[in-house]
Amino acid sequence: MDTLLQQIVNGFVQGSVYAMVALGYTMVYGILGLINFAHGEVVMVGAMVALSVIQLLIDSGFPPLLILLISLIISVVVCMALGYGIERIAYRPLRNAPRLAPLITAIGVSIVLQNLAMMFWGREYHAFPSLLPNNSHMLSGAIITEVQILIVLIALGMMGGLLLLMHRTRLGRAMRAVAENPSAAVLMGVNINVVIAVTFMLGSALAAVAGIMVSANYGIVHYYMGSILGLKAFTAAVLGGIGNMRGAMVGGLLLGLIESLGAGYIGDLSGGFLGSHYQDVFAFFVLISVLIFRPSGLLGERVAERA
Amino acid sequence: MRNALKHLSSKGKRGAWIAFVMLAIVLLALPFFTEELFGRGWVRIMDFALLYIMLALGLNIVVGYAGLLDLGYIAFFAVGAYCYALLGSPQLGLHLPFWIILPLGALLACLFGVLLGAPTLRLRGDYLAIVTLGFGEIIRIFLNNLNAPINITNGPQGISMIDPIRFGEFSLGNTHELLGLTFPSVHLHYYLFLFFTLLVIFISLRLEDSRIGRAWMAIREDEVAAEAMGINTRNIKLLAFAMGATFGGLAGGLFAGFQGFVSPESFGLTESISVLCMVVLGGMGNINGVLLGSMLLVVLPEALRHGSGPAQQLLFGKTLIDPESLRMLLFGLALITVMLWRPAGLWPSNQRRRELVAENDAAQL
Repeated sequence: MDTLLQQIVNGFVQGSVYAMVALGYTMVYGILGLINFAHGEVVMVGAMVALSVIQLLIDSGFPPLLILLISLIISVVVCMALGYGIERIAYRPLRNAPRLAPLITAIGVSIVLQNLAMMFWGREYHAFPSLLPNNSHMLSGAIITEVQILIVLIALGMMGGLLLLMHRTRLGRAMRAVAENPSAAVLMGVNINVVIAVTFMLGSALAAVAGIMVSANYGIVHYYMGSILGLKAFTAAVLGGIGNMRGAMVGGLLLGLIESLGAGYIGDLSGGFLGSHYQDVFAFFVLISVLIFRPSGLLGERVAERA
Repeated sequence: MRNALKHLSSKGKRGAWIAFVMLAIVLLALPFFTEELFGRGWVRIMDFALLYIMLALGLNIVVGYAGLLDLGYIAFFAVGAYCYALLGSPQLGLHLPFWIILPLGALLACLFGVLLGAPTLRLRGDYLAIVTLGFGEIIRIFLNNLNAPINITNGPQGISMIDPIRFGEFSLGNTHELLGLTFPSVHLHYYLFLFFTLLVIFISLRLEDSRIGRAWMAIREDEVAAEAMGINTRNIKLLAFAMGATFGGLAGGLFAGFQGFVSPESFGLTESISVLCMVVLGGMGNINGVLLGSMLLVVLPEALRHGSGPAQQLLFGKTLIDPESLRMLLFGLALITVMLWRPAGLWPSNQRRRELVAENDAAQL
């Protein structure tokens, strides 16, 4: 088995999940200039809802693929409603408030969601049932499961769809206009509230799908899974250049690769001093170095200080 | 508090003196009353409240005065606590005296503050928030994992059997008889922490109206304008970070000596956020507000923890919601509601309130 190739495969799979979540951050940031801190929790809620639906339907005799599809649809709908609710309650009233205020309500929302999830679903780790046959393929020395192939394909498909939406439809044009200059967009007849709500809902839908992907990949769901995933996805968004959608995709994939390669080789490189449990540190080191050396990210344009 | 001090300085008004003396008596007698009324456990909670006040005032310098959102503040608390724990426990076999390790811990935390601040100060507000958050997590991950191959921090088990705070032969870990009164360990710690808290309040008060304090506030309002006025923004921001970190390290050292045990678990993101909540809820940049916020957020959850179980028993006949998660849930809800209804906090500073009104006017134009 080839370690290098295997780590690249793992990194690519993990990276496509990061990219999906990072898109949610970057879209909201592009339009509102706000870090949606609660986004990671939306991922968690998506995974949890899907888990409950699957547990409900697993004995119903439906084919597994149908169950997966139903749970996907329900969790996407729930998350879109959640995203809309978060925007409506916690962000819209504060749109003209000082910068710190919406950031703090976002933290509040994230705490509330986490604890509500803990009350509903409990503190324990849940096993996410594997509905798809767990076949694996050898790819010139590396093992890749069918679930992983599916994850990468769905992620690529959704990202492609999103790009089409952004650049080929009226809605996409409106979103880009609001990101560019909100007041000018209003004058051009764009309903800014609708655009912002749609942005949140789109991001949340992506988050729900990402939540299901990550739980299907690892087979574990936990009420705390959202925060660290959200943090890393945000790192990915910054790495690619926040506010830039292609940047989020590239950043996500890159971060996944850096992380898995780093965790795979850190033991050898440091002579056994640092082990793979330092994996989480990589994301933060990447984040800090990007912010220091290239604050606008890999694909971001240099933006002037926007106070 | 501030009024009392101002009155004192403006040539002894009698009323102010009387108020001051009465406040002092109340503060000194408080642990005895509390023990009598609620039991010794609540004196312990008061000790923690004082530690949190110190932390909140330290963070207030960074967030409230200088307007730099720091989400990893607890890391400095951790540095102070681990410094004390490593130099005063069987872990490394070192037993240095209290008056060496406490300043050392504060100094080390200050150093970490500068270390974190130096590369990140060019960043805009929310980027800074994320970087500090990441920094806090890095510190925690290292504390968690530095038990192999060389055991430094003893990993997730943490360091136990830390020396109690000791002045010569007088150990705060034991009960002492003085002037016919019995002072248990928690009472002694209360007085020590009260001393340091008052010191921190005093320093904060003096800073607020100083040249440095004004420079911080100028940066908070408009960095470009502040720079144009001749303020060395980089150094002044670094100073805010260093100062805040020093207070954090101080509180951390006291925490380790009081608790006798530290583990990485006490220094997670939730703790950073709790301290931030205290500052924001009370009113950023206003010492009274921060005091109010920290006391509320220490005492209220404890009351909920003790009260919500029995209350639920009474109402529903069983415990429906685990008091611990209810505590955090209310934390989050409080954050949201306070920000929505009073974006400047419960007790905002006058200056900040004026600004918010002005900003709203500007937004409506």
